[in-house]
Amino acid sequence: MAVSRDKIRNFSIIAHIDHGKSTLADRILEQTKSVSLRDMENQLLDDMDLERERGITIKAHAVSLVYHAKDGQDYIFNLIDTPGHVDFNYEVSRSLAACEGAVLIVDASQGIEAQTLANTYLAVDAGLEIVPVINKIDLPSADPDKVCAEIEDVIGIPAQDAPRVSAKTGVNIGEVMERIVRDIPAPDGDESAPLKALIFDSYYDAYKGVIVYIRLKDGQVRPGDTIRMMATGAEFTVVEVGYKRATGFEPADVLSAGQVGYLAASIKAVREARVGDTVTLADNPAEEPLPGYRPAQPMVFCGIYPADGARYGDLRDALEKLQLNDAALSFEPETSAALGFGFRCGFLGLLHMEIIQERLEREYSLDLVTTAPSVVYHITKTSGEMVAIDNPTNYPDPAEIKYAEEPITNAHIYAPSDYVGNIMELCQERRGVFKDMKYIDTDRVDIHYELPLNEIIYDFFDALKSRTRGYASFDYELCGYAKSNLVKLDIMLNGEVVDALSFIIHADKAYPRARKMAEKLAEKIPRQLFEVPIQACIGGRIIARETVRALRKDVLAKCYGGDITRKKKLLEKQKEGKKRMRQLGTVEVPQEAFMSVLKLDE
Amino acid sequence: MMSAGNSLPLGIYVHIPFCDAKCPYCDFYSMRGSEERMDAYTDALVSSLKQWSQTLRRPADTLYFGGGTPSLLGARRLARILRAAREDFFLEQAEITVEANPSREMDELFSSLAQSGVNRLSIGLQSANEEELRLLGRRHTAAQALDAVRAAQRAGIRNISLDLMIGIAGQTCDSLRRSIDFCAQLEVTHLSAYLLKIEEGTAYAKRREELCLPNEDEAADWYLMACEEMKRAGYEQYEISNFAKPGFQSRHNLKYWHCEEYLGIGPAAHSFVDGRRFFYPRSLRSFLSGEPPVQDGTGGDAEEYAMLCLRLCEGLTEQGYRSRFGRPIPQQYRRWAQPFCRAGLVVCDDTGIRLTPRGFLVSNALLASLL
Repeated sequence: MAVSRDKIRNFSIIAHIDHGKSTLADRILEQTKSVSLRDMENQLLDDMDLERERGITIKAHAVSLVYHAKDGQDYIFNLIDTPGHVDFNYEVSRSLAACEGAVLIVDASQGIEAQTLANTYLAVDAGLEIVPVINKIDLPSADPDKVCAEIEDVIGIPAQDAPRVSAKTGVNIGEVMERIVRDIPAPDGDESAPLKALIFDSYYDAYKGVIVYIRLKDGQVRPGDTIRMMATGAEFTVVEVGYKRATGFEPADVLSAGQVGYLAASIKAVREARVGDTVTLADNPAEEPLPGYRPAQPMVFCGIYPADGARYGDLRDALEKLQLNDAALSFEPETSAALGFGFRCGFLGLLHMEIIQERLEREYSLDLVTTAPSVVYHITKTSGEMVAIDNPTNYPDPAEIKYAEEPITNAHIYAPSDYVGNIMELCQERRGVFKDMKYIDTDRVDIHYELPLNEIIYDFFDALKSRTRGYASFDYELCGYAKSNLVKLDIMLNGEVVDALSFIIHADKAYPRARKMAEKLAEKIPRQLFEVPIQACIGGRIIARETVRALRKDVLAKCYGGDITRKKKLLEKQKEGKKRMRQLGTVEVPQEAFMSVLKLDE
Repeated sequence: MMSAGNSLPLGIYVHIPFCDAKCPYCDFYSMRGSEERMDAYTDALVSSLKQWSQTLRRPADTLYFGGGTPSLLGARRLARILRAAREDFFLEQAEITVEANPSREMDELFSSLAQSGVNRLSIGLQSANEEELRLLGRRHTAAQALDAVRAAQRAGIRNISLDLMIGIAGQTCDSLRRSIDFCAQLEVTHLSAYLLKIEEGTAYAKRREELCLPNEDEAADWYLMACEEMKRAGYEQYEISNFAKPGFQSRHNLKYWHCEEYLGIGPAAHSFVDGRRFFYPRSLRSFLSGEPPVQDGTGGDAEEYAMLCLRLCEGLTEQGYRSRFGRPIPQQYRRWAQPFCRAGLVVCDDTGIRLTPRGFLVSNALLASLL
């Protein structure tokens, strides 16, 4: 594919969930005849099951397409799809850094949403040319003029002649293709300069090792070259380079500046080819790496335990396999008195956590018990030492704490102005600090709050959706740490602290949460042979109490006719049931009780 | 491991799978019995007894006709079976029990049974309250039960047991107390009081919701009250659901709970013979055609022994355990018992381990944590 650089267009698509990104990508694939109709499966780019189910892109994807334009020339379209969730902001920024332009899709009936705007700003900051596209014009509620005005007002780019399309029906897709050719600049770069290639994605392939997706800024790379990852210093010998086609890999002799492609170099895990790192040649290295690299920084932590302790090894293997493909996932062994052996896992955010849990359960058939998610708190001790705490178990004795700090986010919520009251109420409940509010247009607002991260990792988005009938969208970024009056809340069953149920919380929130947890546990823990007191306490002080009353009646009154087998089977069954319970001292707690206290607002 | 010993006398259970109608709470194997069917069944029982006696060559010292409604079979057939059992298994000094449901005119039946050697009757009273009987789907009155007891006493059968149920629809603490009084007035020797349990597949299970049954706590309180009340009336509890005047414990049923051996004949009847457990399938046709019982593995290990003994008030005794297994009760059992002793569910001392009435109420959960 020896195409001159001026015929290359590297771009990504920015859209809010459900605004039609994947559908438009599918249409582009069709228009470039990259996939035969027979192979066309809806939303082809999202090839993980989970992505298809959730309708969101989790991993970035890239595909090279050939478009025969109206000027009679063939162009190479490198479509770099990006994740659409705030947990993956960094990945988005790296994908955008690999592009010269971005197609911005806005739903003609819904207008701009928080995530769209956040990602568009990322794109504008990265110096990308934005090609706005108004989608879903086939909907009865579509109001393209209004949405165009909104784009001009809010983003500040001309949008009056934006293509108005229906990715679903295929209307005006050709116009989008021509705009990409016309408006998005061709890449520049120097083929003879030392190699500088940006890694914007990588994934593990059982046959080739890690497949590294790169955008070459300068230089060239060929099979046989020894490459160096500039951040990690790791070196590898390139086995294969090429282009990713819609239907598979197409090996090439060389990749050159401006191009997007892949390389394979017998790399064993994605952590050795990290997103954002710069690939250069070992014997002719670039002086400076490309800017913007940041090692993956988990923001949310939780304990993951196998429901069946015997499957600890399986869980470890599964986490190792997932980590081959996910440099952002961290884990280390952890022991809980209540749950046995498991792992403390770190995630980019709550969605990332849910995805990992779901993949462990689905792809590795593991039954899991997880503990409440925690953020990373900074605790400064009276000795002056600062410790980062992501696990309540390690929370220092209050007497040793000089002050505590918690991570704070800048959060933007976009919603129809009718819901301002509800949203502000929610944000106040979540200890938010109001910053400002802007009208996007006459009836939509952008509400800006500073919210503690630990207030949004549980169920903030769900609560927001239910209080705005699903109309609000939400985006956040970490903006620093602030002093906070934190306490460690412990739950005691029958007088013994259950480590897996402890968590760190703001003092003002401790009482209501303690009460709710105690109530929920009382509901989920079945009556047993003893009365089980459930107590929530801070330090030694009990702030909530419930009681599971003792079991009164569980008897086979009639054991007649010598049918011993039946009685034995009954006891066997009862014993089986106990296996699904965790024995905490003398108390048996069903697995689901651990999970239920994570979702108290249901 | 030691077996119960092949020379000890057996218990014999004969299942009579006939009823005039099915009580809605019952899941025992039963059906309507025509004259022909009952004759054929009697033949089958007699020849089965013969066959077993030739294989086992062991005497028996208890014989129990359970059901179903054994009294439906009639005096003539029951006498025939009894004769066969006596020829084959001697039945010296044996306790011979027949279950009966109250109906009209029991005098003739009971005198015939007495003449045949029946010395114990177990009568299904269930309740002395007419409304409760109706809600239970019973087809007799309390007055008929009273007549039946008097008829048995007239026939010379002194050892009479009445069945009661606890936790049934319409019952109150008071009505249960009155039912117990009713029995005590009749001067029967033995009472069985069963907490109602809704069995899957019964008519009751289908209308569980509309039955207005007492909740777990009420049923438990009533049971404890009933235990007290029967004790006051002279009936000493000896098993979870069984109470007797001194010397009138059911010898046959004690064999089950002492993990001793017994032969059960008839569809759905269970046996424990020569260390093996087996049972006949739940099918009259299969039994009539002479199909052999289904093997159900070995029985009588320490765990099973403990599970059964702990149904008894005397519990798992050091004496009993040592004479059976040649060693003391394992320490692990005693360790298990400790927290439950503190909770008042179990008593554990030098003589052994036993459950209290409150412990009986949760015996499934207790045993599941022990075994």
